[in-house]
Amino acid sequence: MGFSLNLAADLQQMWQYQFMQHAFEAGTMIAIVAGIMGYFVVLRRSTFVAHAYSEIGFAGAAGGILIGIPPIYGMLLGSIFGGSSIALLSRRSTHRDVYIGIILAFALGLGLLFLSLYTGYATEAISILFGEILGIAWGDVVNTAAFSLIILGGIALLYRPLLFSSLDEEVAEAKGLPTLFIGVAFLLLVAVAVSIAIQVTGVLLIFSLMVTPAATAQHLAPRPSRAILVSVMIALAVTWVGLFVSFYSPYPASFFITCMAFVLYVLVRVFHHKIRGPGEQKG
Amino acid sequence: MDISESETRPQNAEPVLVEAENLTAGYPGRTVWREANFNIKKGEFVAIIGPNGAGKTTLFRLLLGLKRPMGGTIRLFGSEPKRGSPRIGYVPQHHVIDEESHIESMEIVRLALSGKRWGFSLFSNDDRKAALLALEGVGAAELAHHPMAELSGGELQRIFLAEALVSNPDLLLLDEPLSNLDMRRERDLLRLVNDVVRTRDVAALLIAHNINPLLPYLDKVIYIANGKVASGKPGEVLTSESLSALYEIPVEVLHDSRGNLAIVGIEGHHGDE
Repeated sequence: MGFSLNLAADLQQMWQYQFMQHAFEAGTMIAIVAGIMGYFVVLRRSTFVAHAYSEIGFAGAAGGILIGIPPIYGMLLGSIFGGSSIALLSRRSTHRDVYIGIILAFALGLGLLFLSLYTGYATEAISILFGEILGIAWGDVVNTAAFSLIILGGIALLYRPLLFSSLDEEVAEAKGLPTLFIGVAFLLLVAVAVSIAIQVTGVLLIFSLMVTPAATAQHLAPRPSRAILVSVMIALAVTWVGLFVSFYSPYPASFFITCMAFVLYVLVRVFHHKIRGPGEQKG
Repeated sequence: MDISESETRPQNAEPVLVEAENLTAGYPGRTVWREANFNIKKGEFVAIIGPNGAGKTTLFRLLLGLKRPMGGTIRLFGSEPKRGSPRIGYVPQHHVIDEESHIESMEIVRLALSGKRWGFSLFSNDDRKAALLALEGVGAAELAHHPMAELSGGELQRIFLAEALVSNPDLLLLDEPLSNLDMRRERDLLRLVNDVVRTRDVAALLIAHNINPLLPYLDKVIYIANGKVASGKPGEVLTSESLSALYEIPVEVLHDSRGNLAIVGIEGHHGDE
């Protein structure tokens, strides 16, 4: 296979391969979910939590490989279990980061143990840590679709109370919103989203889809619904382009996705004021 | 302010919104203040003053139904306070505004109206109109589409006031809205709150450190210090005699030539800052 200057021919060539089809199908769903969830993760300043979930998910996945169940289920079990314990332990606590750090370190240790007990291929570990979207099977696509639907349904239901309690928790609580329930429900959805996003970015690069596009988007749109839309578009664009480029190059897709998301963020931060123009400055 | 004048004031006929009888507040093992008796009527502008940690915010938590009394009773709109009353507009003391998020001001006002509803909605126009109207009401219509992170302290307080007013409450609870404002902004905000109280006939409870800028507007003051609560008209409560009698220690209320007052003898100065 070779890269030509004819985009249509290149795409056609790429999509002849079933693994590329699966990569695009799963990648598209994951980008949409990560773009939406990422907005709330950034808004609620829960990036460290999302990171912890992905590493707890790693322990789950490694355990899953060891006992012979698909990594995605292990990941899901791990991050949901870790997710609810973090959510309940660290409610409103100023030591939240400490609790997360403790659970995260323990989970990583477990993951390491599981991997060393498993005498199979070490490539499994690499693909969990850094993502292996080109290895996605049809079954993974179906799983990803199912979990994406759960997340989208959950967010659609929680949308306004979640936004309100993220922006103004004290007033939301005084108004009678169940802020604890909303927080825990949200973290569980994050756990599921992380578990499926890991397929694309891996445990260590999870932020490139869950945080960077949303952080970029919130500089571009002042209204949450639009910022979410922009976040999804950025996540989709970097995923698609990343997959395309990696198909024609020897380097992994997650590298290109991470890079593009980062460069986009830097560009937006640098040119941010020029984009918005002097007319929007505070009077 | 003599007695014959106060008897003829129409506010005596206004319905009572809040009624506290022998109200005692605190946490298990620690009483914050005890046996407070006061009431708040519709359309009254009330200041709550006292030293740090005296339990001013605790009173708000009781009214918001976030906390139960340790003793005595508190009635709000004729029944026990329950969390989530739509008749209360609340502005907490600490608002965390994310410097990184560029969410426009109108969003928080709109959510104060519809944020309790489950489900997704791409924002009904009615909500937006109500939010804009609330912002206009506090003179902040032009800030509607500004990111909150770029607003000044005084501008933010207007937005929070609009957020509290958007559901047309009967009672406003404002927790130290004047902190972090310079004197001019402080005066502007007080005028605005006073306007809101007078034109909408809403009662406002405002927690403050310094009573002096508030004196021209107040109907009533609730003074909380050393575990005790005094309340009434500022000219009647904040006197050397009445505070000395309540606290059973010599308390002096000093006046300067411009009408400012300072309370001396209870945990040092406050009032004068």
